[in-house]
Amino acid sequence: MNSNSLWNDAFRRLIANRAAVGSACILIVLILAAIFAPWIAPHSYSYQNLDVGATPPSVEFLLGTDTLGRDLLSRILYGARVSLLVGFVATAVALVIGVSWGIIAGYFGGRIDSVMMRIVDVLYGLPFIIFIILLMVIFGRNIWLLFMAIGAVEWLTMARIVRGQVITIKNQEYVMAAQAMGVPNLRLFVKHIFPNILGPIAVYATLTIPQVMLLEAFLSFLGLGVQPPMSSWGTLIRYGVESMEEYSWLLIYPGLTFTITLFALNFFGDGLRDALDPKTSED
Amino acid sequence: MLQILLKRLLIAIPVILIVITITFFLIRMAPGGPFDAEKAVPPEVLKSLNERYNLDAPVIVQYKDYMLNLLQGDFGPSFRYPSRSVTEMIFTGMPVTFELAFYAILVALIIGIFAGVLAAVKRNTALDYIPMTIAMIGICMPTFLLGPLLVLFFGIHLELLPVSGWDTLPGDKILPSITLGAAYAAYIARLSRGGMLETLNQDYIRTARAKGLSEFNVVFNHALRGGLIPVLSFLGPAVAGLIGGSFVVETIFQIPGLGRFYVEAAFNRDYTMILGTTIFFSVLIIFFNLLSDLAVLIANPQSRSSQ
Repeated sequence: MNSNSLWNDAFRRLIANRAAVGSACILIVLILAAIFAPWIAPHSYSYQNLDVGATPPSVEFLLGTDTLGRDLLSRILYGARVSLLVGFVATAVALVIGVSWGIIAGYFGGRIDSVMMRIVDVLYGLPFIIFIILLMVIFGRNIWLLFMAIGAVEWLTMARIVRGQVITIKNQEYVMAAQAMGVPNLRLFVKHIFPNILGPIAVYATLTIPQVMLLEAFLSFLGLGVQPPMSSWGTLIRYGVESMEEYSWLLIYPGLTFTITLFALNFFGDGLRDALDPKTSED
Repeated sequence: MLQILLKRLLIAIPVILIVITITFFLIRMAPGGPFDAEKAVPPEVLKSLNERYNLDAPVIVQYKDYMLNLLQGDFGPSFRYPSRSVTEMIFTGMPVTFELAFYAILVALIIGIFAGVLAAVKRNTALDYIPMTIAMIGICMPTFLLGPLLVLFFGIHLELLPVSGWDTLPGDKILPSITLGAAYAAYIARLSRGGMLETLNQDYIRTARAKGLSEFNVVFNHALRGGLIPVLSFLGPAVAGLIGGSFVVETIFQIPGLGRFYVEAAFNRDYTMILGTTIFFSVLIIFFNLLSDLAVLIANPQSRSSQ
């Protein structure tokens, strides 16, 4: 039996889950579409053709054009770049902060743990959405600030999950045995503890991405997110709402893309959780 | 019990103080003064403006004055609408936002608990799968998309309901309440399904069934109390989300509530208004978190010992 059998088993269970596989396919297509947007987009995302104006979907413009005559499909493809980038980068920020916080608190325990976790408890009670709006208003609508601000909000739950896992694993007999045999701290951690917390981290990271994307879209919808000519799906929905009475396709297609993406991410995350932890999957 | 409550309160007070302090200094860090947007203002006007808003004093004195005024419930004058005080604006918007949030929670609780309990009782049947799939869509569909889609369909296409306003036309409260409540209905459905499934497996439920009680009696009189604890603890954090949601819903439906005031203030750089509403919202959220913790403590005696 090879040492990766846990991951092999999990992979097999994941493959057997049709909803998760379907979601993964959708996500892969979307990610590829976002990466190759400059090559596959049928038109320029910023070229304004006022002669065309807003036209409903046609052979030339598959999803129609917006009020400035820009091709909607191309704009959705380019929007995918911003929305997915925000999703991944902000989640990565949350991951780095949350995982290190949780590991330190869980591993060292005692007073360090109680102080660190009390800080998390206090931060939990704060109205972050208001603070993010505040930051965007004060420091301008900078996309990197957006990443940081969203990442800085989403790490709290990650820290709690990781800490709990570390404490559980630290008290298992095989870890204590290794400790008794004089395995140094760092090696103990890298060899015995870290591999066992990877699963929950992967699951929670997958489930954080849709939350982050939702937050970005929310800010963009209020006009506080990504600024033109860049557009995220949130900004596209915002413009769609403004002109939905006459040109409903401008709202429907970006909205559909966004909802399907979040749907796929959530299903994939659920599937991953079931695959990695079959005990909880009955729910 | 009282001790736990006191402990929570003691944590809440420094948190509120920190929020006020951070917000105050963050806003002072904002580039440019609040009057930069206007045309070039004569120096003497600027001076009197600065005096009126207490901007000529050192920041630390401004902070002290602001805190002292705050203790008396005075949030200072609005930068944007000099004739109105922030306190006055908060109290105009608050009842509207509260009413909207109340209806939204009502919608969420009624639909969510009904769907969740039904799904748990009829586990692994169509009555489980269909509501739970709809709930998943509800969680994935953001408020700012659902609202406009509802307006498009029920307001513009079918012309059944008014598309904007609050308290002006009959039925104009229906779409905003559903829009704001939908995502929470979905969460509550999932939470109550999970909670009910767990409770229905407990020994005391088996005992109740063994006594020959009707299934209805078992579910509603015995299981519901334990099964809904997850929902109860969700209600506190939900209020925080409701406030964020009210920003969107009030903007879409043009409702004159606190959420729209906040978004407008953010755009107009009405700093005193932003400061005031941020503090107000923070206190609100902290208060509701406290309330929901308390409700869980009352409903679930087991959690008292673990605190």
